[in-house]
Amino acid sequence: MPTFHLPSVLSAHIGGTRAVETSGATVEQAIDRLVDQYPQLAPRLRDASGAPYPFVTFYLNDEDVRLVGGFGVAVSDDDEVTIVPAVAGG
Amino acid sequence: MTATLLPDAGSTHPLAPLPLACVACGQDVGATPQAICPNCLGPLEPVYDPSRALPSRADIEARPRTLWRYREWLPFQGEAIHATDVGWTPLVDAPALARRIGVARVWLKLDAHSFPSLSFKDRVVATAINAAEAFGLETIGCASTGNLANAVAAAAARAGKPAWIFVPYDLELGKLVATSVFSPRLVRVRGTYDDVNRLCAQVADRFGWGIVNVNLRAYYGEGSKTMAFEIAEQLGWRLPTAVVTPMAGGSLVTKLRKGFTEARDAGLVSGELPRQYGAQAEGCAPIVRLAERGDDVLVPEIPQTIARSLAIGNPADGRYASRILRGSGGAGQSVSDAELVAAIRLLAESTGIFAETAGGVTLAATLKLAERGHFRARDELVICLTGHGLKTVEAVQDSVLDAPVIAPKMREVAALISSSAS
Repeated sequence: MPTFHLPSVLSAHIGGTRAVETSGATVEQAIDRLVDQYPQLAPRLRDASGAPYPFVTFYLNDEDVRLVGGFGVAVSDDDEVTIVPAVAGG
Repeated sequence: MTATLLPDAGSTHPLAPLPLACVACGQDVGATPQAICPNCLGPLEPVYDPSRALPSRADIEARPRTLWRYREWLPFQGEAIHATDVGWTPLVDAPALARRIGVARVWLKLDAHSFPSLSFKDRVVATAINAAEAFGLETIGCASTGNLANAVAAAAARAGKPAWIFVPYDLELGKLVATSVFSPRLVRVRGTYDDVNRLCAQVADRFGWGIVNVNLRAYYGEGSKTMAFEIAEQLGWRLPTAVVTPMAGGSLVTKLRKGFTEARDAGLVSGELPRQYGAQAEGCAPIVRLAERGDDVLVPEIPQTIARSLAIGNPADGRYASRILRGSGGAGQSVSDAELVAAIRLLAESTGIFAETAGGVTLAATLKLAERGHFRARDELVICLTGHGLKTVEAVQDSVLDAPVIAPKMREVAALISSSAS
C-alpha cells in the first residue's frame, strides 16, 4: 500500500503519527483514503474544490507530483507520498 | 558595515521575536520557530504592533549605517545580538547604463558588496540568526543555491554556532569554497535545489534546528525589506519609479514591496510606489511565465541554466511575486544564458562592477524590457545586483583566454602595442 509521510504540523492532528499506509490507484484516490481514515486532515490537504494548496507540495517518491502527472498519477504499493510545506529561496 | 562602529548606546532589552500569524487564514500562532500555519499550512509572517513608536528620518540618519537602523520594521523587540554590522550597501549611479536603457537615471543597488559574504543573503541571515538565538536554537542551517550557504556559514562562524548547510552537489566552485572555508558541515546533495529544499524541510521538521529558510523563514524574510528602506534613504528619502530584481524563490520582490509600502506608510517617503520588474533565466522562469499567463497557478520547472542562484523550479513565493509584478504595472522577463553572460561583461565594461550570473540575468532582462518599451524617459530605475561576480567566475572565464602571455621583454610589449594599433 502507498505510504504518506506527513510533516509535524499535520501529524500533530492525528496523534503524532508521521507515516500512514493507505490504498488507492492514484495519488488522488490515496488522499481520499487518507482523509477517510483521518477526516481532520481533509481541509489541510486540499482546498474546497479539491485542489492542492499553492503553498504545499506533494512528492511521489522523489518527484514533485505536478511534474509527473498531478493528482491523477498512478501509485503502487511501494510508493511513498511526502507532503512538504513551501520553503523560501536560498 | 565597518568594524569601527561604536555599539549602539540605546536600550539593552533582551531580544524577543515578534509573534506570527498566518498569511492565508489569519490564525495567530505566537512567537515560534515555525513557518507553517498549524491550521492550514499557509506561510506565517510577523505581526507588528501598529501603535509602536516609529523613528523619523532624522532619528534613522543618526543611527549606525547598518540594516538595524530600520529596526522598528524588523521582527524583534530588544537589541540584536548577532550580525549587528550588516547592511547599508552602496547605491551607485550608472549614467552609461541610463543612456543605453533610455531613462533619466539608473542606480545599481550593490548587495554584491554586502558584508560579510558578498550577497543580499547577509540581510536575511542577519534576522534569522538573531531569531535562532532568541529561540535558543544552537544549530543553524539552510538549503541553498550558494549565496545563502555563504551567508549562513559566515554568520555561524562569527557567532560561534554549528551550522549544517545543504546545497546541490554541483554548485559553482566559488560558492562551495566560500562556504567550506568557514568550516560548517557542508552537505552536497545529488539533486536540484528543489530536492535540497524538500530534504531540508524534513530535516528542520525532525531535528529542531534553526534552518533559516525553512522553520525560521518568517523572521528570515523580513531582512530583505531593509533593501527597500536603504534605496529610499540613499535616494534622499525618495522612491524610484521602477525597480528590477532577480527572482529565485520570489521573496525579494514581495519584501521590497512590503519595505517600500512600510516606508511610505511611516511618512518617510511619499508618492507612487515603484513599478517592479522581475528577472529569471529562460531555463528556469516559472514566475516570469506565471506573470505572462496572468493566472494564479504556478507550474514548477526543472531548472536548466548557468544562473544557479536563480535555479528554483518550485518558487515558494512565486504567486505573490507574480501578483506584485502585474499589480505594480511592471512585468517579468526571462533571458538566455548567452544574454546573461553578455550582460555581465557589459556591466563590468560600462560600470566597473562585477556581478554574478544573477546580476547578468537582471541587467540582461532590463535591456530586454527596455526594448519592449517598458521604461519611460523620465524613469529613475534601480537595478538590484544581489551577488558578486567572483562567486561565479565560470560564466566569464573565457575572457582570460584573450589575454596574451609574453616574456618579460620590452620588445614583446612594443609588439603588442603595435598590433593593437593596426
